[in-house]
Amino acid sequence: MTLSLVGLSHHVAPVELRERVTLDIEASAALAAALGDAVCLSTCNRTELYLATGDAAPAVKALEALAGRGLGTVLYRLHDDAAALHLFRVAAGLDSLVPGEGEILGQVRAAYEAASTGPLLDRVFRQALGVGKRVRTETAIGESPASVSSAAAALAAQVFGDLAGRRVLLVGAGRSGELAAANLASRGATIAYVANRTVETARSLAERFGGSAIALGDLGAHLTDVDVVVSSTSSPEPVLLASDVPARRRSPLFLIDIAVPRDLDPAIHQLDGCFLYDIDDLEAVVAETLAGRRAEAARAEELVAEEAERFRSWQAALDVVPAIASLRARAEEIRSAELAKVDGRVSDDERRTLESVTAQILNKLLHLPTVRMKEAAIGADGAAYADAVRHLFGLEEER
Amino acid sequence: MVEALFWPAILAYGEAAFAYASARTSPAATWGVRLGWLAQTALLAVQAARSDGFPWSSWAGSLNLFVWLVVGAYLIWGCRPRFRLLGLAVMPPAAILFLVARVGGGTHAGVRSHYGNLFLVLHVGLVLAAFAGFTLAAALAGLYLWEEHRLKRRAADILRLRLPPLAMLERLAFRTIAVSLPLLTLGLIAGIVRLREDRGSVDALEALTALTWLLYGGFVVARPAGNRAAYFALGGFVLVIVARLALAGSHFA
Repeated sequence: MTLSLVGLSHHVAPVELRERVTLDIEASAALAAALGDAVCLSTCNRTELYLATGDAAPAVKALEALAGRGLGTVLYRLHDDAAALHLFRVAAGLDSLVPGEGEILGQVRAAYEAASTGPLLDRVFRQALGVGKRVRTETAIGESPASVSSAAAALAAQVFGDLAGRRVLLVGAGRSGELAAANLASRGATIAYVANRTVETARSLAERFGGSAIALGDLGAHLTDVDVVVSSTSSPEPVLLASDVPARRRSPLFLIDIAVPRDLDPAIHQLDGCFLYDIDDLEAVVAETLAGRRAEAARAEELVAEEAERFRSWQAALDVVPAIASLRARAEEIRSAELAKVDGRVSDDERRTLESVTAQILNKLLHLPTVRMKEAAIGADGAAYADAVRHLFGLEEER
Repeated sequence: MVEALFWPAILAYGEAAFAYASARTSPAATWGVRLGWLAQTALLAVQAARSDGFPWSSWAGSLNLFVWLVVGAYLIWGCRPRFRLLGLAVMPPAAILFLVARVGGGTHAGVRSHYGNLFLVLHVGLVLAAFAGFTLAAALAGLYLWEEHRLKRRAADILRLRLPPLAMLERLAFRTIAVSLPLLTLGLIAGIVRLREDRGSVDALEALTALTWLLYGGFVVARPAGNRAAYFALGGFVLVIVARLALAGSHFA
């Protein structure tokens, strides 16, 4: 059984081309069904077809039909262990734009579940899902934030631990501030207040987060009531001065300033119990964590290679399984025929003893050749051994 | 028998002390702490079985018990993946102090106890347990100040270091002190009872321990927050060090 892969990804194809071959999950499932035993993995960064056949021509044609042109060198074609290794790297997030991103594992699962797969694709996709999970469990590749907004939330968690119950003041209704607030909310924080120059905009955003709208001028009065401040206005002047920040006695105050020019007086950072991070600080943290992800990726690659080797052994063993099954069937056939010759000449007890003894002889005789063939299959000699066994025992007609 | 238990314990502690230096070898360090502590527990059990009384009445013996208590407290409060740097702060001194205890004869079996009554045994055991707790609290406070310093410096690698959150360090340091203070209180009461029985006078160590009790008592009552709490815990630990290292000899004598 041959595993084949044809596809294109962000590494080789520009977005203008990728968007033409991108399919939603229903269309992916339909294409996979049309190709037979196949899985179609289609995301914004890749469209790949995994097939349980060595003939990938129909899959190439299908992709070219979607693209509306020949795909030539843009398309990659991989087979067997190389295709499995690629899938494992994809599931582990190692082939992603941001190494270790977690979304891809869910997309691989969805593609697998949407397709109707035979034993080969079933095995390789189940293993790929296991690899993705293992890499995320055994390495720290997916732990660190990959964007400014997630870095802001991760830093807040570094100060407070669990963010459940922590109160956030969102200043300004800009998109980046909203993203940071959404990240904090996803970690359990409460968006308590939204302050904006236009109160109507503040009110509409506050309603979405379940908080209250306040006027920009009232910021100082609400600082004692919050743990995190996220600011992203377009104000040319600072909206909060150090002198407006009340002393923190019991709990720290974490301030995130995503605005350019900056909204929050840098002197706030010097206050006891106050931590102020601006856009440059957050970007430096993201750059550092991405470097960390790349370092972890080396460990993840080792795990993926180990799993690819396991798949290769499993697939290689498939080559000799029919030969082993034929050999055992032929031996059993001979044993049964010889036992039939003594029917009526021996008692029932003697018959049972004969059956047991001949079965044991057969098992002992075939055990070592079976083990050796499986071992040879893991190396490069599996097919040769299988052919030799078929020839020596006259199993050719059963191929 | 004690030899066969001392070496596995010191090797495991030593392994942990080195393995905590890297995040990759940190899980092996945690196993070193666990196995070392089990070996030391067995060592203490053998010492207890072969002694005719309290086997850790000497300065070196009490150091052996103190190390066991500190590592035990670390196992309960701090032995987690995110506390690697706490392990790095605790395990090297623990391994060194354990060696010092051995050089001083504190890990031998069959020693004769200097202590004649239960009050004295309780006094020493409880005070040492409290001091072990204060030591761990100081390590947590030190880690707090270091992490706060990095946050104030806006160190870009702050998330890569996988440190415990500031709030967790503060909470754990407070809890450790809150648990240790009653032990110190009971230990002091036992010591006072014994002092009255022997009609002895208060020495410098006893006065210093009373001062330590006052300081940590004030800490629990006032419950300072943030870096003030950390400085408070470290200040108390200075008194513990003086009590353990500088004055203990005269008290044991």
